[in-house]
Amino acid sequence: MTLFIEQCLNGLQFGLLLFLLAAGLTLVFGIMDLVNLAHGSLYMIGAYFAATFAAWTGSFVLGAILAFFATLLVGMAVEVIAMRRLYGRDHLDHVLGTFGLILFFDEAVRLIWGPDGMSLPLPSWLNTAATIAPGFSYSAYKLAIIAVTLAVAGGLYLLVMRTRIGMLIRAGASNREMVGALGVNIKLLYTLVFGLGAALAGLAGLMQAPILTVQIGMGENILILAFVITVIGGIGSIRGSFIAALFVGFVDTLGRSFFPDILRAVLSPAAAATLAPALSSMLIYLLMAIVLIVKPEGLFSAGGR
Amino acid sequence: MTLSIRNLATVALFAALLLLPLYVQATGDRFLLTLFTRIVILALAAVSLNLILGFGGMMSFGHAAYLGIGGYAVGMLAHEGIVSGLIQWPVALAASALFALVIGALSLRTRGVYFIMITLAFAQMAYYVIAGIARYGGDDGLTIYKRSQFGALNLSNKVVFYYVCLALLMATVYLVWRLVNSRFGMVIRGARSNETRMRAIGFPTYRYKLVCFVIAGTLGGLAGALLANHNEFISPATMYWTRSGDLIVMVVLGGMGSAAGPVFGAVALLVLEEVLSGITEYWQIILGPLLLLIVLFARGGIDGLLAAARWPQGKKAPA
Repeated sequence: MTLFIEQCLNGLQFGLLLFLLAAGLTLVFGIMDLVNLAHGSLYMIGAYFAATFAAWTGSFVLGAILAFFATLLVGMAVEVIAMRRLYGRDHLDHVLGTFGLILFFDEAVRLIWGPDGMSLPLPSWLNTAATIAPGFSYSAYKLAIIAVTLAVAGGLYLLVMRTRIGMLIRAGASNREMVGALGVNIKLLYTLVFGLGAALAGLAGLMQAPILTVQIGMGENILILAFVITVIGGIGSIRGSFIAALFVGFVDTLGRSFFPDILRAVLSPAAAATLAPALSSMLIYLLMAIVLIVKPEGLFSAGGR
Repeated sequence: MTLSIRNLATVALFAALLLLPLYVQATGDRFLLTLFTRIVILALAAVSLNLILGFGGMMSFGHAAYLGIGGYAVGMLAHEGIVSGLIQWPVALAASALFALVIGALSLRTRGVYFIMITLAFAQMAYYVIAGIARYGGDDGLTIYKRSQFGALNLSNKVVFYYVCLALLMATVYLVWRLVNSRFGMVIRGARSNETRMRAIGFPTYRYKLVCFVIAGTLGGLAGALLANHNEFISPATMYWTRSGDLIVMVVLGGMGSAAGPVFGAVALLVLEEVLSGITEYWQIILGPLLLLIVLFARGGIDGLLAAARWPQGKKAPA
């Protein structure tokens, strides 16, 4: 039972982290109609920045904050230099152009930080187990991730639904020419939105950094999961990606830890041991296939697109 | 009918590919033959991708999956002691066709950017599944100790193998060319420009597109079987999603407008990679921005440039 609760918390933490990535992806797609494959690169860059800044300043929190804003700047620079020229083009052009960016970022990171991975050590006050209930403790850092991501998700909701900028973002998503005609600086708005998406990806990367190693290509696997989430949740819908991200986080985490046991109950131990790793990694894709059969536009499609 | 620069370039390219082994024989540059065998095999995969990407407008980002499935069909059978190509290759084609049928049936329910993401996700699923099967090497891959056996045809001879690959590439280009100019191809191209209208005049476009998707997947599996024989090794890396990206680059770089366009793209990309990696270890830092520039400024790819090219003054083609 303790194991089950622990895995549920792991699923929640992973799902919320995936939401940060998927939110940026879906925001950029919903508003600029841009498919950004290089989103995973920004996740990677956030992690590298955090590891570097934390080493420089000697403080994990300060390093994380600096890395967040540095990724924001990198995102805005990428928008001004490259992405801006891709708006209104074919989706295939987006795929190719941002694929080129992935190659560039991977190689730039190899050039700057070297081919070996880095590690981001946790400060001792986070690197402990917090006792939640008598006899049950859980990693304090993972609890901190859950708290931060929930706060960010709430902040994002307030930003998009309750502020003037958010109003412009929503207006830009439904009719960008009209917003521009009304005298809004749409170019600046797009740069800010892209930067925000990048910063969210960077935040996800820097928070994941102490748990995994910081390495080249770390953004690629998780990017695919973010795609699955946007497909399930409906592209352009932040609410949809929130629900889908939690769903995928739970299914993936619980599937990996309990699916082998379930298989063992049904099949012979040898067959189960062979099949379990392959089948449990298939679970979320099966989930996606089922959603597609029932609702091809995703669960919460923003309509029209 | 006058010979256009585009057709001349295509003929010249295939002539050069046909004569390559003679050049290799003369100079003794064995590496060139290995490089071009790989180019020809990946060109075959790119040509098959172009059938759905260029002509069908189906932006599949999972084409490398077929390279892996075709390759693993050969590798797994060889591992189990079945080395006859007459068994291995049909199994490779059938497995790829089946995979294309299943993911195509699901993915074609969606379009546009959903289609890109879904094909990508399914291809990654195949990658993880194969990487999880410990019996066939898992992540580390599988060494193939014996190339597919075809009786008198000895694939272990590098020149023979090169010509087999080239013959299959030319057959594939011809097949795709015949296909897109047939009634079937007209329906596919019609569905790309206006699917609603095609449906309105009574074509079940879903079925046509699915058949097209399966044909492309099957040809991709053929390329996979060739690649496994070429490398005498197959690993999940063969079907990693960046490989699908490479194939798309070949198609777009070469040009989506003609059946032979991706062959130009494959030659250009892989030779460029070879040249750049000779200049610097960090060659992708050049290739990446170069791709972005190609997307921004050279739409239509090499084929587009060739199609726009005209003979010098005074040789106007009759209408």
